[in-house]
Amino acid sequence: MKKRYIYALPLFVIALVSCEPSFDNEINADTYTNGDADFSVYVAVGNSLTSGFMDGTIFKSGQQYSFPNILAKQFEVVGGGSFTQPSFEDDISNVGGLLLGGNQIPGVSTRLIMNMATSSPENIKGTPTIEVSKLQARAYNNMGVPNAKVFHLLLKGYGDIAGVANKTANPYFVRHATQPSASVLEDAMSMKPTFFTNWIGANDVLSYATSGGEGVDRVGNPDPRTYGGNDITDPGLFSVAYKQIVDGLTANGAKGVVATIPDVTSIPFFTTVPYNPITVELLGGPEKVDALNQFIGLFKQILGSQGQGDRLQLLSKNTPNPLLIQDKGLVDMAPVLKVALANAGLGLPQSAIDFIANAYGQARHATAKDLMLLTSKAQIGAAAFEPTGVELIDMLNVKGVTYPIGDQFVLNQVEQSTVKTATIAFNNIVRSVAADKNLAVADMNAILNKAVVGIKVADGQIYTADYFTGLGNLNKVMFSLDGVHPNARGYAFVATEILHVINKHYNAKIPLVNPGAYPGPTLLPSN
Amino acid sequence: MVKRIISLAMISLVASSAFAGGYRISMQGQRQLAMGHTGVAVIGNAETMFFNPAASVYLEDRFNFSAGMTALVADTKFQNETYNWENSTQNIGTPFYVYGSAKITDWLTAGLAVYSPYGSAVEWDRDWQGSHLVNNIDLKAIYFQPTIAVRIGDHFSFGGGPIYVNGGVEFNRNLSRSMTDESGNRTDVTIEAKGVHAWGYTAGFLVSLDEHFRMGLNYRSEIIMKADEGKAKFNDVPAFGKDMFVDGGIKASMPLPAELTVGASYEFNKWLFAFDYNRTYWRAYDALVIEFDNPAIGTSVNPRNYKDSSTYRLGMQYAANDKWDFRLGWYYDESPVQDGYFAPETPRNDSRAYTGGLTYTFANKFAVDFVVSYLHFSETNNSYDYYMEDGNPVSFGGTYLSSVFAAGLGLSYSF
Repeated sequence: MKKRYIYALPLFVIALVSCEPSFDNEINADTYTNGDADFSVYVAVGNSLTSGFMDGTIFKSGQQYSFPNILAKQFEVVGGGSFTQPSFEDDISNVGGLLLGGNQIPGVSTRLIMNMATSSPENIKGTPTIEVSKLQARAYNNMGVPNAKVFHLLLKGYGDIAGVANKTANPYFVRHATQPSASVLEDAMSMKPTFFTNWIGANDVLSYATSGGEGVDRVGNPDPRTYGGNDITDPGLFSVAYKQIVDGLTANGAKGVVATIPDVTSIPFFTTVPYNPITVELLGGPEKVDALNQFIGLFKQILGSQGQGDRLQLLSKNTPNPLLIQDKGLVDMAPVLKVALANAGLGLPQSAIDFIANAYGQARHATAKDLMLLTSKAQIGAAAFEPTGVELIDMLNVKGVTYPIGDQFVLNQVEQSTVKTATIAFNNIVRSVAADKNLAVADMNAILNKAVVGIKVADGQIYTADYFTGLGNLNKVMFSLDGVHPNARGYAFVATEILHVINKHYNAKIPLVNPGAYPGPTLLPSN
Repeated sequence: MVKRIISLAMISLVASSAFAGGYRISMQGQRQLAMGHTGVAVIGNAETMFFNPAASVYLEDRFNFSAGMTALVADTKFQNETYNWENSTQNIGTPFYVYGSAKITDWLTAGLAVYSPYGSAVEWDRDWQGSHLVNNIDLKAIYFQPTIAVRIGDHFSFGGGPIYVNGGVEFNRNLSRSMTDESGNRTDVTIEAKGVHAWGYTAGFLVSLDEHFRMGLNYRSEIIMKADEGKAKFNDVPAFGKDMFVDGGIKASMPLPAELTVGASYEFNKWLFAFDYNRTYWRAYDALVIEFDNPAIGTSVNPRNYKDSSTYRLGMQYAANDKWDFRLGWYYDESPVQDGYFAPETPRNDSRAYTGGLTYTFANKFAVDFVVSYLHFSETNNSYDYYMEDGNPVSFGGTYLSSVFAAGLGLSYSF
């Protein structure tokens, strides 16, 4: 009797191992549904925001976190098929950047990392290995092309390698265009999408904004051949091109989501650097402030004679002081300054007077209404010229304090208003085209505006539109170190918002993603 | 997904694993377990050393020994429909006991009990969705309890003794929801505290109103397990964190809560009926606080906020003849975990247990006890809402469902 029990015990346990409890509502094949949409072939068109661009470039490990790639994984449970993205297998050291014929394409550097030794974002050390001339010649599910504006998606030859040098072609599209004469939309349509996302149009206004308003507002001029890279697209052209893209995507009955363009005021590239970071300590103490104020007082007096005295203000010893910036919208006071400085009896040679007058001709102190670009941070305190040995001149050699930071680092009020007008116009077009075709709209503009104060997601975390501030927001920062594009976590956040929209508009039930599990910035102890 | 048992040889002699509310294991006697783990008012065999030492003075034989071990399989399933998360974990445990008592005089009995009333072994898939709360935990505590029991008159006895506890814990979790090293491996920390010991006591009394009806009370004190020389080991730390997340010492403490049991039994012919009520003072477990010696890391405070909980137990025994005894039992065990504090390290809700067993006694008074029990934990949709991430509380939850199957073997001998 006893022995039999001893043998029975382990057998009993083994038998029970196979028994598992089961939920009242177990997740199964019926839990999630595709609703009114067919996700079998999902194609994403758009710009860098669709391509998986982050930290200033596309790099191999970052690309997998493109929002379309994240979405496609969620679509898998409701009939979604495979999802392909342009190959970045040649990004051997995972640093991004682009080469053309072995030479680095200017302005397309390695990805940004946070150097903890210097506490600043830097391009990671390393050499790009992504060669544009290695043509893949195939269409992908992810047709997001960095830098593309709305009309570029229709542009034949946008993927022709011969056009890279003179900038009529886009090196990213060149890498995978099915043929030199193909357009992005044609290649996208060759995939025969049943479902699409279309988030295009941001570059039509943002490149103007990120250039500090250096481009031209092309309102009323629908000919893109006359446009420069930083120009704002004519809303008329935008409307025609946008309709054509959506007409193409929906021609075979595909359903999809279009997304609106965010406001500059919700992007950390424009909101991170304060207009007034200059403290007494930075100026070198109260005595230095007095010396500088004598100098500023002289300028205020001269400018005041022309009714322009409020361009500058005396420095405060108690509150942070504004940056000195250049504003090309101002009347150039250099001629007035030249005369006045010559008469001031400073004992300066004419060349020095000319230099100072030219530097200050369109200078003013920034106000709370100016948006300092993220790129201005490196300008603050930097030297503007080689030291001359002349004390009075060299005193001017501190950018942002005594030498104006260039206009291209500031989005002033006039430029902001131009950007805002265009953004509203473009978003109205996006919404109206979507309404015509009964497409879902992911209002990224509204969502990111909410994120300025913070958006609380389902798990309780609050995500904001802030730049990386250090270990304090390491786990919740959504924007990559370039300040414009989301990081992996941010793209997961974008994917979640789009899933909400799809679930609602198409009566689908697709599981959401949790941004908290996605990585933030890359921190390195040194670079 | 499921941690299958590779070999039963893995069941070591050391007790671990868990169920019942929190990290209490109710498996301290095969005969009493078969009766729903009642026993505070039962005069059975040496198992009474645990259930109520006061009863040991009534044992008929001069020497009484009882030992047993249970093999249990604990299944927990987890799902979250919002994110399409599914996970499960299967863990085995082997709580054990060894009891012995000796009658010194007619009214005085001394004895020693060794048992494992607390433990928790849960191993989730590494880097699973809740890995920022726990990847795995293995908590063990063994009680050594010498007792004496004194009978005063025919109707009253009391007994008790000190308890020495030796235990340890190993706990691993990921440092955050997204941190990885440069190769993409999630950064994690293992907290280990071994050989932690502490003292407590137990005391109880038994009232025998007549030959049939008995009432008992037993109290086991709270014991705080304080680890002053624990270790923290960080794994897969990214280069930027190498200076901060350095392996080092930790201090932590964990309460093994006090437990009060009152109960009654009624014996009639070949039948014995027992009822026990347990109150476990789980409120002692308000937070798991881990103080890192490294000031750069500081103190990790993980609120638990357990509440006191009750267990209601019923059991019956039928003594068919001098060879065979049969037993059945049931109990209802309230979870001490409050809503919003449901952490996956002890993923268990209110439970109902169904138990049964039998004993075969050989002519030489050597007896073999066999018991099976099944615990079903109510499905619960719950979350842990107090994980702090960059200053904000972040919730992790879903639907949890657990069950435990156990089979145990015991040996008794008295003379």
